[in-house]
Amino acid sequence: MRVKFTVNGREQQADDVWEGESLLYVLRERMGLPGSKNACEQGECGSCTVRLDGVPVCSCLVAAGQAEGREIVTVEGLADYAEQRAQHGGCATGACGAGTSVDAAQRWQAKPAGADGQTGEQVKLSPIQRAFIDAGAVQCGFCTPGLLVAADELLERNAQPSDADIREALSGNLCRCTGYEKILDAVRLAAARGDAQTTGTGA
Amino acid sequence: MSGVTRTPTHLTQGGTTDAGIGASTLRPDGTLKVTGEFAYSSDLWHEDMLWGFTLRSTVAHAEIVSIDTSEALAQSGVYAVLTYDDLPTEVKNYGLEIQDTPVLAHGKVRHHGEPVALVAADHPETARRAAAKIKVEYAELPVVTDEESATREGAPLVHENRTDDHAGHVPHPNIVHRQPIVRGDAEAAARRADVIVTGEYVFGMQDQAFLGPESGLAVPAEDGGVDLYVATQWLHSDLRQIAPVLGLPEDKVRMTLSGVGGAFGGREDLSMQIHGCLLALRTGKPVKIVYNRFESFFGHVHRHPARLWYEHGATKDGKLTHMKCRIVLDGGAYASASPAVVGNASSLSVGPYVVEDVDIEAIALYTNNPPCGAMRGFGAVQACFAYEAQMDKLAKKLGMDPVEFRQLNAMEQGTLLPTGQVVDSPAPVAELLRRVKAMPLPPENQWETTEGADVRALPGGLSNTTHGEDVVRGIGYAVGIKNVGFSEGFDDYSTARVRMEVVGGVPVATVHTAMAEVGQGGVTVHAQIARTELGVDQVTIHPADTRVGSAGSTSASRQTYVTGGAVKNACEHVREQVLELGRRKFGTYHPAWATAELLLEGGKVVTDGGEVLADVADVLEDEAIDLELEWRHRPTEPFDLRTGQGNGHVQYSFAAHRAVVEVDTALGLVKVVELACAQDVGKALNPLSVIGQIQGGTTQGLGVAVMEEIIVDPKTAKVRNPSFTDYLIPTILDTPTIPVDVLELADEHAPYGLRGIGEAPTLSSTPAVLAAIRNATGLELNRTPVRPEHLTGT
Repeated sequence: MRVKFTVNGREQQADDVWEGESLLYVLRERMGLPGSKNACEQGECGSCTVRLDGVPVCSCLVAAGQAEGREIVTVEGLADYAEQRAQHGGCATGACGAGTSVDAAQRWQAKPAGADGQTGEQVKLSPIQRAFIDAGAVQCGFCTPGLLVAADELLERNAQPSDADIREALSGNLCRCTGYEKILDAVRLAAARGDAQTTGTGA
Repeated sequence: MSGVTRTPTHLTQGGTTDAGIGASTLRPDGTLKVTGEFAYSSDLWHEDMLWGFTLRSTVAHAEIVSIDTSEALAQSGVYAVLTYDDLPTEVKNYGLEIQDTPVLAHGKVRHHGEPVALVAADHPETARRAAAKIKVEYAELPVVTDEESATREGAPLVHENRTDDHAGHVPHPNIVHRQPIVRGDAEAAARRADVIVTGEYVFGMQDQAFLGPESGLAVPAEDGGVDLYVATQWLHSDLRQIAPVLGLPEDKVRMTLSGVGGAFGGREDLSMQIHGCLLALRTGKPVKIVYNRFESFFGHVHRHPARLWYEHGATKDGKLTHMKCRIVLDGGAYASASPAVVGNASSLSVGPYVVEDVDIEAIALYTNNPPCGAMRGFGAVQACFAYEAQMDKLAKKLGMDPVEFRQLNAMEQGTLLPTGQVVDSPAPVAELLRRVKAMPLPPENQWETTEGADVRALPGGLSNTTHGEDVVRGIGYAVGIKNVGFSEGFDDYSTARVRMEVVGGVPVATVHTAMAEVGQGGVTVHAQIARTELGVDQVTIHPADTRVGSAGSTSASRQTYVTGGAVKNACEHVREQVLELGRRKFGTYHPAWATAELLLEGGKVVTDGGEVLADVADVLEDEAIDLELEWRHRPTEPFDLRTGQGNGHVQYSFAAHRAVVEVDTALGLVKVVELACAQDVGKALNPLSVIGQIQGGTTQGLGVAVMEEIIVDPKTAKVRNPSFTDYLIPTILDTPTIPVDVLELADEHAPYGLRGIGEAPTLSSTPAVLAAIRNATGLELNRTPVRPEHLTGT
């Protein structure tokens, strides 16, 4: 079957999708967006978390067909998404009820890949991405994309979360490396810096 | 390789030379990891690639009567179906220490989930469905699952005709390896004891549960060889096992490390490596294999479950008199690292204490349970769980404070281990206990708010099981000792290639090793070392591959010590050549070239007094200095097979924990409120990473204390919970605040004085949590993980 949806602000179409294929598989293997991870494919670990019309979901549990006509944000689009939100003072999609309209969000385009922070070129990062690096919350990094999407959504809803709020929001995302302490640090850091500092860069 | 996308990239990081050792430099791969661009092994892609899938046995022990692959092969989209009969050479087994593990089952299967056949197809679901059409007829055999069933008269033999090195030394063919340690006279010493305590302890089967599943991409090459991109802990160990099975010389199997999503010992053994290569060579197409979580539980070895019997004695003034113990580790169907795990469990079974008279025996069994091998803490974890419970029992019986009792018996520099080896670097056991005890305690009744109980902070959390009525608090302490590096005479070397050249007018360094970066931060530390030694700002980390010599394994807390040592050594030789070049070019202009101690700092040659002699760019011009060197730590020796005596270990790592728990005694639910750690790291090369490792290791110990266990049916030897639904690892809600106090007492034998750190925090956190639960409930609790029924007696 054919599935059409919007991924990171760009209209996308996938052909020959088998009925049982998950949104995760289509994103990773057909769209070339491997940022969302495949750690359990059972909805238990949160590594594949993306936003579907603004709502964080385990993309491994979403059949690709269910995404028809809907809007998806993955970790690859997180920096642009956060920038849109910061510029429009609300959520980037309009799905959370305030701020940017759906029309405006649909006109938003992810930047082409290519700039490489590792070679000294500046890569745009969302505040939560920058905070994860600075706080040492990235070790093996496999859980990181899902945590970033979930944490970014938390901060969108609640700009100053308590530790209990952070723990509750991230309880669906397993991490095996860090012991979570530095992940808490990262979310606290991003909250303290606020969304206005969207245009942080990789170094 | 053309057609491969998302391959590992060079990691270049600018920075200043003050981002050298000792600084909390950020990861060079951090930006790639937070943007989703970092290429993990499951993200690899090649045009025209196929997907591989492994058919695994549904029974634990059986003769294979027949395998019929015809229906699977006939499926549209299927390119190959392979069984044992398709293996290309006479080498059909592999293994880390004993080559007893079949690439594909032949004749019989020995554990649930053993690989039986392989499929390559154009879609992963096609491959799975084709595998389901392979007909395997099994004639089931009785299973052995514990010491009693494995060693009784007439027990089925897991391996019928053993010819390995250990076979002649073990009392039964279902025992992989046995290591006794006898020192002093435990019987005589026991007569001096005023109190004696005994205990039987059970340690459950823990899983590494790394998040990134086993995966990789094998690409057939025009020269008949294969290029393999894979997540592993030791490229060269894999290569040594893969090449003979494929019938290829090692130089035709080119391995490159792909992004590794955690390891913790679970990637020391092969998983999909040979399978992927076989399918690629058969089909002539690139083949990607990615395990799902279910398969991952069968795709790697686990932590040895153990049964431990301990007897300790002490005088009434609190001095340990003797220790006797017997440790039975269940190695499962194949040997994996069992012999070395036995060596660790026995030699570290006394813990960080002074006990001169000991009688120790550790064995590992062959059973039809899942194979067990390396996991963080490697044999020392199980022993620590038992000896720390014993310390609490003794302290209680003597009416002493458990921390003071431990301090009274704590080893220090100069103490003899039961193996007769002298601990010849700082061993601050009493100090670590003092520090962890001195940390401020978390406030009581943290759940109480002005609006009533915040149930999120209580055992059971949002399930509202309690509002604090039956909740009691307990505090417990533990400390442990772990060896660093490979022991028992193993040639534990590493190789580093360092290149220094001028690019764009400034000197830059490239570090190339085969070290597996599994998340621990080796890539960060290598760049820091190069900055410190060579005085450069910019360092490039070359992707790890087999085009450079072996770095050894990313395990045993050894990688910063050994490969870090190799990078340091290579940098020192590069520096010496730069200085030699400088002396030839500029030596006549300033006497300091010949007389002073010279360093490289900030891109310049300087004297130890700080005088600048030249720019490194002017010394090198367009010359590059490029050296590949091996580096070794001090040699070790094997343990005597009868007495266990020998200088078997290189270095030791110590950590202490204090756990604070709250237990709902009515429902048997535990909330770990805080888990404080004090650890000696020798020298913190990167303090940020050090604390991350300590907190991560602590959390894995917490997991096995209260939730993590692979449950194997004792009648059928089948795994009952191979999923993240049923095998629970700690979430952010289960994991408390982990304050860390880092002590830095240099080990003069180690590079920069550092101490391997990765494993020690996993040892003591488990017994500390158990001690705290015992303290809260008054229950004996000799088994881990603790489950609600153990606390409620139901």
